[in-house]
Amino acid sequence: MRDKKSRVPGRIFLALIYIFLYAPIIVLLIFSFNSTNSRTVWSGFSLRWYEKLFNDDMVINALYTTISVSILAAIIATVFGTFAAIGIFNLRRRWQSPVLTLNNIPLMNADIVTGVSLCLLFVASGTILGFGLGFITLLLAHISFNVPYVILSVMPKLKQLDNNLVDAAQDLGCTWLQAFFKVVVPEIKPGIVNGALIAFTMSIDDFIISYFTAGSGTQTLSMVIFSMTRKRVTPEINAVSSLMFVFVLILLIIINIRSSVQDKKLRAKPA
Amino acid sequence: MKNRLRLLAYPYILWMALFVVAPIVIVVIYAFGSAGGGFTFDNFSRMGTYLPVFIRSFKLAFEATVFCILLGYPLAYILSKESSRSQGILVLLVLLPMWMNFLLRTYAWMSLLENTGLINKLLTLIGLSPVKMINTPGAIILGMVYNYLPFMVLPIYSVISKLDYSLIEAAQDLGASSAGVFRRVIFPLSLPGVLSGITMVFVPSVSTFVISQLLGGGKYMLLGDLIELEFLGSAYNPYLGSAVALVMMIVVIIMLLIMNRFGEGEEQAVMI
Repeated sequence: MRDKKSRVPGRIFLALIYIFLYAPIIVLLIFSFNSTNSRTVWSGFSLRWYEKLFNDDMVINALYTTISVSILAAIIATVFGTFAAIGIFNLRRRWQSPVLTLNNIPLMNADIVTGVSLCLLFVASGTILGFGLGFITLLLAHISFNVPYVILSVMPKLKQLDNNLVDAAQDLGCTWLQAFFKVVVPEIKPGIVNGALIAFTMSIDDFIISYFTAGSGTQTLSMVIFSMTRKRVTPEINAVSSLMFVFVLILLIIINIRSSVQDKKLRAKPA
Repeated sequence: MKNRLRLLAYPYILWMALFVVAPIVIVVIYAFGSAGGGFTFDNFSRMGTYLPVFIRSFKLAFEATVFCILLGYPLAYILSKESSRSQGILVLLVLLPMWMNFLLRTYAWMSLLENTGLINKLLTLIGLSPVKMINTPGAIILGMVYNYLPFMVLPIYSVISKLDYSLIEAAQDLGASSAGVFRRVIFPLSLPGVLSGITMVFVPSVSTFVISQLLGGGKYMLLGDLIELEFLGSAYNPYLGSAVALVMMIVVIIMLLIMNRFGEGEEQAVMI
C-alpha cells in the first residue's frame, strides 16, 4: 500500500528489538552445552550440565513441586473461577462492579505485596490452627492469584452467550443441569481453556509469591534458580532454562496447531 | 434461574474476603504494630531513614517506564502496520521470551554484562576498552526494560490495531499530513493503551528485588529488597516491612489515579 522505502527504518528497528529480546536467551542456550563451568568462555560441546541436572535431587524435587502445584492450582482455579464467573455474571448490576473490582486487586497489586500479605495471613492463621508454611499454603496462594485470570477470560464468553439457547434447551426437555453442561459449558469452553492455560503459565512462571508463601521446606524451580544465582553460578542453570524454554515452545506450538485446526473446522462448518 | 445461578458467586466472594481483603487488612494492622504489641506509629516515623531507598526505587522505575514507552510505542506501531499474516507471528515473537522463567531471563543478562562478559569481550575484540556494566543502576534499568517491555507493547498494540481505519482516512481526506494524522488521531486514541502499559511496567519495576539483586549486585537497595529483607532476610521485622509495603502501594495508587485522571481528561478533550 505504502511505498517500500519508508518501511526500511521500521524493519531495522524491529530487527534490533528482536536481537535485544533474543540475544540473552540464545547465549544462555549455547552455554548450557559448554564443557567447562564458564558462562562466557566456550571450550567445547558437552552434555555434562544436563547430566548433572538430572542427578540433582534438589532440582528434581523442585521440578516435581512446580509441576504439581501448577497443575493442581490451574485445575482448581479453572473450576472455581468458571463457577464464580457464572455467579458474578448473574449478580445484580449494583453488585457486579464492586465484586469485579475486588477480583482485579491481585492483578493490579505488586506481586511482593500479594506475597507478603498472604505470608502474614498464613502465618497468623497457622499459629491459631496449627499449620506452617508448606505445599498447602503454596497451593492456596497459587489458586488465589490464578482465579482472577480465569474469571476475566470466562466473563466475555458469558456476555456473548445467547440466553435463549438455555431456554430452548429446557423447552426441548433438558433438565437445568443438562442444559448447563450441554449448552452453556460448550459455548464458553474457549474462555475456560484459555483461562486454564493462563493460570498454568502464571503458576509455572511465578517466583515472588511462591517465595513468600512456600516456607523453608518447599521449593519450586524458580526458588531453586534464585538460590543458585546467589551461591554457585554454573551452567547447570543454563541447562534448566534451556529445557524449560523448549518445553514451553513445544506447548505453544501444540496450542497453536490445535487452535488453527479448530479455526479450519469452524470455517468448514457453514459450508 | 438467574437467582439460583447468583448463588455461585457467594463462595468466591467469601474466598476473596479471606484471601484478598483479609491479607491487606493484616498488612495494615502489622504496619501499625510492633513485636511488643500495641498500636504505634514507630514504623512510619522510622520511614525517613529509608527515604533514599524510596527515591531510588521510584527514579529507576520511572526511567525504565520511559524507556519502555520509547521502545514499545514505535514497536507496537510498526507491528500494527505489518501485513496481517506476519503480524501474528511477529507479536508472538515479542511475547515468547515472557514464557521463559523471569529469573532466567534476568540471569541471562549477567553473563552478557559481566566485566569479563560477552559484551566486554566483543568490545576488546574490536579494540575498545571494556565498560563496567554489571552492578550499576543502568544494568538494573536494562533488566526492568528487558523483562517488562512486552507489558508495554501489548496494550498499545491491541489499541492501535483495533483503531477504526476510517478515522485515519477521514483525517487524510481533510488534509492532514501523515505526521498530523499520527499526532492528532492515532496518538490520542492510543493513549489508553499507553496508560495501561505504564501501570503494567511501573508496578513490577518499583517493587522488584530480583533484578536489583542479580544485575545490581545488591549494591543498590530498592523497596523490594527492603521488604524482602524485613520478611525473609537478616533484618527480620515484618512490622516495618508491612509499613514499607503499605506506603509504597499507597504512593503508587495515588500516582496511577492522578495519571488516569489526566488521561481521561485527554480522552475527553479529543472527543470534543
